[in-house]
Amino acid sequence: MFTYIKLRSPLMSVFLLLVVFSSLTLTTELAWSADTIIETAEQAADATIEKKAAPRMGPSDYRQIGSVSSRAFVWVVAQLHLFLAAFVLAVPLFVTVIEWIGVKTGDQRYDDMAHEFMKVSMTAYSLTALFGGTLAFSLFLLYPTFMAYMMEVFGNQVMVYALLFFLESGVLYIYYYSWYALRYGNKKYVHLSLGVLLNGVGTTLLFVANAWATFMMAPSGVDEAGVVTGGIWDIMRGPLWNPLNLHRFVANIAFGGAVVGAYAGYKMLSARTMAQRAHYDWMGYTSNFIAVLAFLPLPFAGYWLMAEIYAYSQQMGITAMGGILAWLFIVQAVLIGTILLAANYYLWNGMSRCEGSKRYTWLIKYIAVTLVGSFLIWVTPHTLILSAKEIADLGGSHHPLLGPFGIMPAKNIAVNLMLIGTFLSFQLYRRSDKEITVAWAGFGNALMAAIYLVAIANVIFLGVYYGYYTNTVYKVGSSVAQVMSTLIVIIAGVTIDTMMFKGAKNLPVTWGKISNRGVYALFALPIAFTWLMALMGYVRSSVRTHWHVYTVIKDNSTDNFIPNIGYAANMMTVATVAFLILILFIFWVASLSETRQAVPVQKSEQ
Amino acid sequence: METMQDEIIKESGGLPIIVKVLSFMLFMILVFTGIANLLPQVEGQAPKDIKVDLGALTMESYIAMGESIFKGKGTCTLCHNNMGRAPDIPVMDMEATALERLKDPQYKGTAKDSESYFRESMIEPSKFIVAGFGKQGETSTMPIIDKAPIELTEVEMGAVIAYLQAKDGGQPTVELPTDAPAVAEKSAASAEPPKPAETAEAVLTKNGCTACHAVLDSPATIGPELKTIGSRLSKEEIRESIINPSAVIAEGFPPIMPPDFANKMIVKELEMVVDFLYQSKAVDSKNSETKEPEKEVSNENDTPKHTETVPEPETDTESNTEQKGE
Repeated sequence: MFTYIKLRSPLMSVFLLLVVFSSLTLTTELAWSADTIIETAEQAADATIEKKAAPRMGPSDYRQIGSVSSRAFVWVVAQLHLFLAAFVLAVPLFVTVIEWIGVKTGDQRYDDMAHEFMKVSMTAYSLTALFGGTLAFSLFLLYPTFMAYMMEVFGNQVMVYALLFFLESGVLYIYYYSWYALRYGNKKYVHLSLGVLLNGVGTTLLFVANAWATFMMAPSGVDEAGVVTGGIWDIMRGPLWNPLNLHRFVANIAFGGAVVGAYAGYKMLSARTMAQRAHYDWMGYTSNFIAVLAFLPLPFAGYWLMAEIYAYSQQMGITAMGGILAWLFIVQAVLIGTILLAANYYLWNGMSRCEGSKRYTWLIKYIAVTLVGSFLIWVTPHTLILSAKEIADLGGSHHPLLGPFGIMPAKNIAVNLMLIGTFLSFQLYRRSDKEITVAWAGFGNALMAAIYLVAIANVIFLGVYYGYYTNTVYKVGSSVAQVMSTLIVIIAGVTIDTMMFKGAKNLPVTWGKISNRGVYALFALPIAFTWLMALMGYVRSSVRTHWHVYTVIKDNSTDNFIPNIGYAANMMTVATVAFLILILFIFWVASLSETRQAVPVQKSEQ
Repeated sequence: METMQDEIIKESGGLPIIVKVLSFMLFMILVFTGIANLLPQVEGQAPKDIKVDLGALTMESYIAMGESIFKGKGTCTLCHNNMGRAPDIPVMDMEATALERLKDPQYKGTAKDSESYFRESMIEPSKFIVAGFGKQGETSTMPIIDKAPIELTEVEMGAVIAYLQAKDGGQPTVELPTDAPAVAEKSAASAEPPKPAETAEAVLTKNGCTACHAVLDSPATIGPELKTIGSRLSKEEIRESIINPSAVIAEGFPPIMPPDFANKMIVKELEMVVDFLYQSKAVDSKNSETKEPEKEVSNENDTPKHTETVPEPETDTESNTEQKGE
């Protein structure tokens, strides 16, 4: 394939990558077209590449820096690279959308806010590249044989990645620095097009790199011995590639929104004028909106990824969800519960900005009780950690009353109710500053209330009846119907509101009128998101157990075991704290550009 | 949006905002870290190579090796359990089941007896799909056992077959491997060496007694302590409590001791353990043969165990598309 690119022109590589990018959303017919192109390219490549089997790794294939564990070193560097990369890829996505909203509404404040978001991410871009380079050097230094095999498999694709990186850098700098040069009239559309191109290249970069991770989890395009049998397209298009692409794409947006939300929160708390406070309050609200909006469909993307993992290897799926890694999902529940509680708390506090919210405040206590109750059910473990005395007192290892809350049907109910509750908070917030004027407002509200009630009843009934009174087959099947109930609430809510808001009267909103305590939710979100990303990355990587490339290259290093969760948590904390320090540096640099030294006063001549 | 005002905000006293914000964030990080560190700490060890001395192999140890592989390296119990992902082999009479399946009209294989059926189902699992399992009922989701990631050798598959044939009282037909040296892989988590242990301490360690009982260096309190058991029970009672642990349950302890040690230990090992435990007496009663009834040994200050328990698989939601396969 890449011999083909080399022979034709650099533009062809861009075209091929756009084909790769497009295939994620288009039909298999288009994928067939890509196959045809790539097949032709592979024929040229086959003539020159000698195919080799995967290496059998021995002690000499691993290196170490002093007494530092190679796995621990790569773990932290890779995690920091991923945090920063997720941030810099996500910010331009929502910045372009906000810029477009500014164009459509003619409100310059959207444009200013979009520019400020970009300013924050610019330093992060350099740091991403630095950590990416450090990660590559670390891998080649510490795992030379493994990396040699990966280069054997992916070949020139890595150079396409490098090319894309150049392209990304170029477009990013032009996009940011031309902001004010291309601000009005038709030039603005040129600028918006640059934004679209930037995101196209950035997303393709993400997908290309994802192929390396998914190849290690579920290799394709190689035989049992690891000999390359297919082209680069066969290697990239593994069973987990698209699910991971979608999951990371959506998660990055939620993560990016949460991080810039913390920036806005800090700037708001340290504002010196009401105007500044109002501006950053609005920016914080927008960031939270982006984070929560992207977060709501994330469980469904995660669901697809896990379903594909099970379909690829039931053994791998069970290792993740029902084996040694199962306890991690209790921590995941704590983190997602924290995110949902913080997001809701912020919305409830934010309702104080608008007098119109008083119509809905009576509902908040019910949502709060539902969220907290569901959260507690979600974090209830099935098997308790007990002493002999406690086991004897309980009459078994499961608590007679709380035991039923430990199993999956109870957690399915809890998660779905939390998502429905969060959407209700979100919907109430959006309605707070509006007085609906359509003639069918009464019917619309009744319909919306009915949809909520039916969905909640359905989620509870399905969970209780099929979860506790039938066998496993129905229990599994009912969870899909529960998820559908939640999705129907979200889709119906957005649709009905959009129709009802036509011609609605806008009520006054006082930005900046939110308690400082409420703003702290904006700091809870990025911390929980960052730690959650680290946790789920650990799970994704650990399901390979003692394989570098699952079923192809065994990990024979001294670190070929799955570490216990305490050790893993400490590693995640090291990475999260390091990321926090880097983010502080990024924010500080962003603020530095606004700081101007006062003109020195000329001393009069003596 | 209301018009923004240029009103100056008065600085509030107390700690600088950056300190407050950072403290809040670090506190949250520590909470997450603390929760993760409070959970059971389990490591997932990779299988390790061990040498199997085929010359010293007996059918009994070969069956034990098969059971160890079934529960360890083979990862069979990951799916073959009571969670409904695959037939629950541990509670099924597999010898009888195999013969029934060979007569089933849906059977597509070439096996003639249970031994060849078991081997075939490990190498070509789609030859017979048990009703209700498999992808669309046509393809088994069971991995091919002699391929990666499990990669059982011929010797190891033979051991599993011997175990499946013998576990419900049947007579293994599989022949003991004798002609070629073999390297078997074994999970460090499972301890079942083919040769008998040489000391009582080794037997206790091999059978995992220290996980629940305070014996040797273990402070465990899930089961009764055994460091002074000789002061409380006679040799016969100790022997009985190993062979048939549910006959008498020590007060204050759950009936969770595995009942299969009689099948796992050879006579020499059992007698070594009985002698060792009987000689383990309390200091003040070493010279006394007085026996007291078993008493609860745990107390209110017992610390919870953080090493053994893992949650029962709770994968139902996530395994929605999971297809069951034998």
